[in-house]
Amino acid sequence: MTENLKVSIRNLNVFYGKKQALFDVSLNIMEKEVTSLIGPSGCGKSTLLKCINRMNDLVEICNINGQILLDSVDINEVSQDPVLLRMKVGMVFQKPNPFPKSIYDNVAFGPRLHGMTKSKEDLDNIVIQSLSKSGLYEEVKDRLYEPGTGLSGGQQQRLCIARALAVNPQILLMDEPCSALDPIATAKIEDLIAELKQQYTIVIVTHSMQQAARVSDRTAYMHMGELIETGMTKTIFSNPQHEKTQDYITGRIG
Amino acid sequence: MTVFLLILISSLAVYGFILNKSKASVMSDTNIMHSQPHYHGLYSAFITLVPAILLLFFWSFIVNMITNITLKDFFSDITDTGLIKFYTDGVIGYAEGATDKIINHAGFMPAVEHYQALQHNNKILQFIVISTLSLMLFRYSLKFVEVEFKARDYIERVIVIVMRASAVFAIFVTIGIVLSLLFETLRFFDSVNVFDFLFGLHWSPQMAIRADQVGSSGSFGAVPVFTGTLLIAFIAMTVATPIGMFSAIYLSQYASENIRSYAKPIIEILAGIPTVVYGFFAVITVAPFFRDMGAFFSFTNMSSESALIAGSVLGIMIIPFVASLTDDALTAVPRSLKEGSLAMGATLSETTKKVIIPASFHGIVGSFLLAVSRAIGETMIVVMAAGFAANLTFNPFDSVSTVTVQIVGLLTGDQEFDSPKTLSAFALAFVLFFITLVLNVISLTIVKKYREEYE
Amino acid sequence: MNNISARNKSEKRFQMYGKTAVLIAIGFLVILLFNIFSTGISAFKQTYIAVNLEIPADFDKKNINPRTELNKHFLKMFPEATTRTERRALLSLLSKGARYEFSELINQNKERSIQGYHWFLASADLDMYIKGTVKRQGDTAGRIDENQMFFIDKLLSKNLIELQANKYLLSSADSREPEMAGIRGAIIGSLYSILIAFLVSFPIAVMAAVYLEKIASKNKFSDLIETNINNLAAVPSIVFGLLGLAIFLNFFELPRSAPLVGGLTLALMTLPTIVIASRAAIKSVPPSIEEAAIGLGASKVQTIFGFTLPLAMPGILTGTIIGIAQAIGETAPLLMIGMVAFVVDVPGSPLDASTALPVQIYLWADSPERAFTERTSAAIMVLLGFLILLNLTAIYLRKKLEKKW
Repeated sequence: MTENLKVSIRNLNVFYGKKQALFDVSLNIMEKEVTSLIGPSGCGKSTLLKCINRMNDLVEICNINGQILLDSVDINEVSQDPVLLRMKVGMVFQKPNPFPKSIYDNVAFGPRLHGMTKSKEDLDNIVIQSLSKSGLYEEVKDRLYEPGTGLSGGQQQRLCIARALAVNPQILLMDEPCSALDPIATAKIEDLIAELKQQYTIVIVTHSMQQAARVSDRTAYMHMGELIETGMTKTIFSNPQHEKTQDYITGRIG
Repeated sequence: MTVFLLILISSLAVYGFILNKSKASVMSDTNIMHSQPHYHGLYSAFITLVPAILLLFFWSFIVNMITNITLKDFFSDITDTGLIKFYTDGVIGYAEGATDKIINHAGFMPAVEHYQALQHNNKILQFIVISTLSLMLFRYSLKFVEVEFKARDYIERVIVIVMRASAVFAIFVTIGIVLSLLFETLRFFDSVNVFDFLFGLHWSPQMAIRADQVGSSGSFGAVPVFTGTLLIAFIAMTVATPIGMFSAIYLSQYASENIRSYAKPIIEILAGIPTVVYGFFAVITVAPFFRDMGAFFSFTNMSSESALIAGSVLGIMIIPFVASLTDDALTAVPRSLKEGSLAMGATLSETTKKVIIPASFHGIVGSFLLAVSRAIGETMIVVMAAGFAANLTFNPFDSVSTVTVQIVGLLTGDQEFDSPKTLSAFALAFVLFFITLVLNVISLTIVKKYREEYE
Repeated sequence: MNNISARNKSEKRFQMYGKTAVLIAIGFLVILLFNIFSTGISAFKQTYIAVNLEIPADFDKKNINPRTELNKHFLKMFPEATTRTERRALLSLLSKGARYEFSELINQNKERSIQGYHWFLASADLDMYIKGTVKRQGDTAGRIDENQMFFIDKLLSKNLIELQANKYLLSSADSREPEMAGIRGAIIGSLYSILIAFLVSFPIAVMAAVYLEKIASKNKFSDLIETNINNLAAVPSIVFGLLGLAIFLNFFELPRSAPLVGGLTLALMTLPTIVIASRAAIKSVPPSIEEAAIGLGASKVQTIFGFTLPLAMPGILTGTIIGIAQAIGETAPLLMIGMVAFVVDVPGSPLDASTALPVQIYLWADSPERAFTERTSAAIMVLLGFLILLNLTAIYLRKKLEKKW
């Protein structure tokens, strides 16, 4: 395992209007690892995740101070274009949200947008590769031109992952990707995450401690907008340093 | 007499209400009643009043019919139905003392006597029958005050019937529209061929003003009117669609909550301004403006009632419809789709063009069709700003006419009854109703289906 | 590999299109309102001429012709008017209305003497010149010729011409003379129509809405009613006019041009609007409250009248006011039922012949007289004032009733 720093969050404070959502959060995310963010509802883990690809820009009343360095460059600097950032940092949402287009067009959306391909063959290749990477290709290869909304929930979520992979990102953010799925579909996604981390840096927000324990290399525990503890997953779960983490893991809060 | 009768049965009903209510409240001191005392009161009042009123209504209706028929017999030598109507009205007016004008006709005074005798007998008979009925029902209703009696259920059943009737009333309005238009339209087609109307290229109904005129049938080829309507609607949509849609896109995707909360109501004020105001605006402001523009570009063959003027002002009026319906369609798209696209690194405009608009396409098409229907059916702007002469042209600088302009022109001012000229207005209105109905049904179905997609 | 600057430019352009569209729409509104106000505001003032009267107390005031008497006094002020043409030019500066004002003045002072300068209504041509609507060219201005201009200049130099508040506009009905024409008749006609429209459509619409939302089971029939109402809402208003013509005038033989018929026709037109708004309001009442009432033993009808309707009332009233506001500005259906006649009397009952405010606007807008243009704008200002008032009421009602619940 290489120990390269991919994202470095430094003293991040986030406000929604007057309400402060994150308090002085600092966190390092390593390349080609899975980092999971856990904590009780409303602790700010989704907020933190959304800061990494600046999805919080969409919220008018949101104010951010502090630094987020991606490969040592501050992503919030004026010169940084959110479009380019989001190409590098893909995102998968809580609820599968395929566009009401065909499966093919869903995956081809990003490459077309960013003008990544010169020919139809290139595009076909990207679509097939992305669908293969997300383990969906075999299931849908005969109906690539049918609407993506016709797939089952788990398939839709994997389609969304394929869609995110198609622009060849470096980082994949996953916001509780399995919360709307049944256990079998969840298992498939978890297997997929394990495979994807060969190539991608993954940050996953999850409600399920078991899931965090199963898929992640590192875990960060958050509480009331503060980052309480971070470390290797094994350590956190077997030997938490902080009392609150201990309480959460053992099910006393959350 | 009738007033006295009404007062009598009303007071009977009030008396029944008081009697039954007090009787029931005495009972309720010692028993648990099914219905509250005032329901028992209402029950009595209802039983006393409603049948009597209904009878009075039908009675008057039938007697009126009989009177009209028998009065007509006195003027059997006259063939013109309009004139007979005039005479019988005169008879009634004289007999009632509303006028002292005597019409010079042998049947007039006998008719007056006949009418007075008929009315006299009728009033007495009516009074006796209806007051007896009411009294009997009043006595009958008094028996019902019992602990077990479900007065409330009866009253509520009546209320539900009234509600149902109100809802069904809307259907009768539609049927009324269809029948009244259809009836006159069919009479129009007695004198003018359907195909000549629908496919004829020449429209000049004014020819038919004087019956003794040569070629008095006029010509009723409605194609120029239809093309004029389409031309103006097309110009209106060309103005309204881009402005309305881009406004909706800006306000729903880009504008801050603050700007949106001001700009949206301001644009909607445009929809609240009466159309007659737009018509005036077209005449005093827009027409001179276009004329000056035409003069500036030394373009002189522009009509002062050109389709362009009416169409563009109509377009301004349509903007808020397009904007607010498009806005509804755009905001109905789930936020997750927008986020999904933005997270892929799409800009907001790319997201709008490639995800949000395709996803709300049905709704936008529906709103577009509704706006077209609105443009076709709008009357005052075109009446004031477009011409009455129906020219068959697609030149926006020429003067054209529309279906609604023709209807207004044909039905206001001096009109003779039953002439093809007057009836043609109904035929045009029938076409208008049919086309707007089809557009509305299609757009409502599209919008409904689309709404279900995201529910 | 990335054409990011081009994409950002296209993003900026797209956003600019949107901003421009919004600004254009708002710009139209501003231009429209500015136009109406700038042409209409002058109609609230009217030109008056001062005439020197010398009528002794013992003068026989019963047997005078007010016209000749007034003219006599006016001519006396200008001995230099000798020829017939000159005298006619001078007298034409007064409106026909002046003689009515004069006889009213006489009636008020039957036993007293009348001395000194009194103000009388000037003709529309003079009014247009004084207001600057018609510009002076040499010794003429529009329809004012040299002779008239001569006397106008004299009157002006003596300060005998003045702009005063226009009392005709809001207190009299239509007239052929622009300076005497007012909108009182049209306003009363509109109010009658709207009142009838409200009284007819409101109960029917609310009952229908309650039936569709709370009583009808969802079946083909209630679907039919629903589609039917939605379609009625989009039927062009002129079609309702034809319906009124066929049903109320031709079939029931109600009087032509009467606000009663206008009101009934507008009632049919507003019905669907109120039904749709009422249904939305009823639907938004939380079912938990109704369930609680039914759980306590209230019947369905009691629940509806005791809980559902009072809770839904703010929404229902707002929808009704919006429907009524639409109806008050509606012109086309009224044209069809003959409320477009030239009526010089203020209607005394809903059965009298009458016009309505928007129809009056239409009639005046059609008139070739320049002086009617400013009156049209003024009538529009009054109409818009009514609409603003209605909308403010809707907002107020909603706020007030919402707080209560």
